[in-house]
Amino acid sequence: MNPASSRVVAGSGGGTADALPAAAPSRGAQPFASGEAQRNHAVTQADMTALAASMVPPPPPAWRRALSRLSRLWLLVAFVVAWQLISMYGSAVNPQLDVMMPPPTAVVSAAADLAARGVLLTHILDSLKRVLLAVGAATLLGVPLGLGMGWSPRFRSVVDPVLEFIRPIPPLAWIPLSILWFGIGDLQIVYIIFLAAFFPIVLNSLAGARDVDAYLVRAGLSLGASQRELFATVVLPAALPQIFTGVRIGLGIGWMALVAGELVAAPSGLGYMINNARTLFRSDYILLGMVLIGALGLALDFAMRELTRLTMPWYHGK
Amino acid sequence: MSSNESQVSVENVSKVHFSMTGEPLLALLDVTFCVEDNEFFSIVGPSGCGKTTLLNLLAGFEQPTRGELRVGGELITEPGWKRAVVFQEYALFPWYTVAQNIRYGLRRKRLPEAEQRRIVDHYVGLVGLRGFEQRYPRELSGGMRQRVSIARALAVNPSVLLMDEPFAALDIQTREYMQDELLKIWQREPKTVIFITHSIDEAIKLSDRIAIMAPRPGRVEEIKRVDFERPRDPTDPGVVRLIADVKRWLRQQAFTAEHDERRERAAGETA
Repeated sequence: MNPASSRVVAGSGGGTADALPAAAPSRGAQPFASGEAQRNHAVTQADMTALAASMVPPPPPAWRRALSRLSRLWLLVAFVVAWQLISMYGSAVNPQLDVMMPPPTAVVSAAADLAARGVLLTHILDSLKRVLLAVGAATLLGVPLGLGMGWSPRFRSVVDPVLEFIRPIPPLAWIPLSILWFGIGDLQIVYIIFLAAFFPIVLNSLAGARDVDAYLVRAGLSLGASQRELFATVVLPAALPQIFTGVRIGLGIGWMALVAGELVAAPSGLGYMINNARTLFRSDYILLGMVLIGALGLALDFAMRELTRLTMPWYHGK
Repeated sequence: MSSNESQVSVENVSKVHFSMTGEPLLALLDVTFCVEDNEFFSIVGPSGCGKTTLLNLLAGFEQPTRGELRVGGELITEPGWKRAVVFQEYALFPWYTVAQNIRYGLRRKRLPEAEQRRIVDHYVGLVGLRGFEQRYPRELSGGMRQRVSIARALAVNPSVLLMDEPFAALDIQTREYMQDELLKIWQREPKTVIFITHSIDEAIKLSDRIAIMAPRPGRVEEIKRVDFERPRDPTDPGVVRLIADVKRWLRQQAFTAEHDERRERAAGETA
């Protein structure tokens, strides 16, 4: 190993250190890390990476990593197994357990049964469509409103009383009126979900825009940004992580509102499926509906987090 | 650049702030001074002497209660690129890379694409960040972030570069190194610089002239010229004497201020 590169490695961690000791001797030529030191630095950058790699054990192969990630699901697996065992052997103690708590295998066969009749996918897609439509509309309206309120205290002071008056009213309290307005169908349920998802999206966008670092705003202004440019290049990106949080919360609450809405009045959907199964005494269908809602919620949240990661490579919040 | 385009004049400026309880406070009283073209002008003073308020007025973030501030004869009414600011905490945009940060002001000026790229490249080289153009600020050390911030401010070619304690957050070695580099850049590409600091050593190392401020009410007490050849040797007897003079004077100020406060408080208690 040549002395130059080992010195740099010893003096700094990764690429985040200043090139200051190396640049000191080359005074006068070029300000900041002169040509000589700069070249030196650029070369050792690759050397450092190679050296660092040689010092740590090689990363495990892909299948090993996949396995280790899967192994973290042991609690979920244990939970399902325990459920199966209790349902199977518990019926010897309490014969009603078959109906009260059908085992996972019964839920799977219920799924196969409904899928064969071609209704399962319809229920899933109808519910999914309603949630996505409603949360999409809530995002389109809620984000601009929230950003505007966060950015302009005067606008906020005007809108806030109206918003805070409507917000405490539970979305479910709107169901009778919304049936009256929209009839029984998609629009009525979308409206209920929209109401539920709207407020967390507005409030999070508001907080995101309000809490923008004042120094970033000043930096933008002193570099010649107009108000509009400032909004697009500083306020919006600064608020983006919080906007995503708002949409994720909105999605979660949206699912709750969906089931409630479909339980009361709907021609289809997972909530309808659960309610219908109740009248037929089919607890396996009820459990299937619950499991599917859980799985869809999880999948959508995962998609949102991936979207966050892709759209904001600079943001590493967990 | 014409000879007085970047001349700064501050005339009889006073600024009233309000405390949390709504009590008016005199942050600045009758501040008057001129900064010449391409002069390196420092403002030093203890905390609470109004030096940051003065910078905010020069940048256009705040408006004076009385008096006028001008750059090249033009009244300062709002922030803008002619008075680019380098902040203590860098204030880099975390969602932009190094190159995008430096380019920010050039985009706002709507310069042709090729020219933007040429200018960014020039300043990346000037501050020694070649190879780091595509990094995000969070991947850089404090010293490197401050270099990005300096490059970003210089790139718009401001009439005046305003620097608000730019090296106060850096460790001592990095700070001294950055001072040297700032001087080299300034000597290469002369520019009017107004440099706020609480460090007398720093001010004397860098400046042509130093305005010394005192608190309660915030005011400019004295303006000293530093006539030593650069680079200045901190062990030079003349420099040592100047530093000692200014420090003694500031200590006296702090003592008097505290003495006054004690006396006021005592008077309040007996009343």
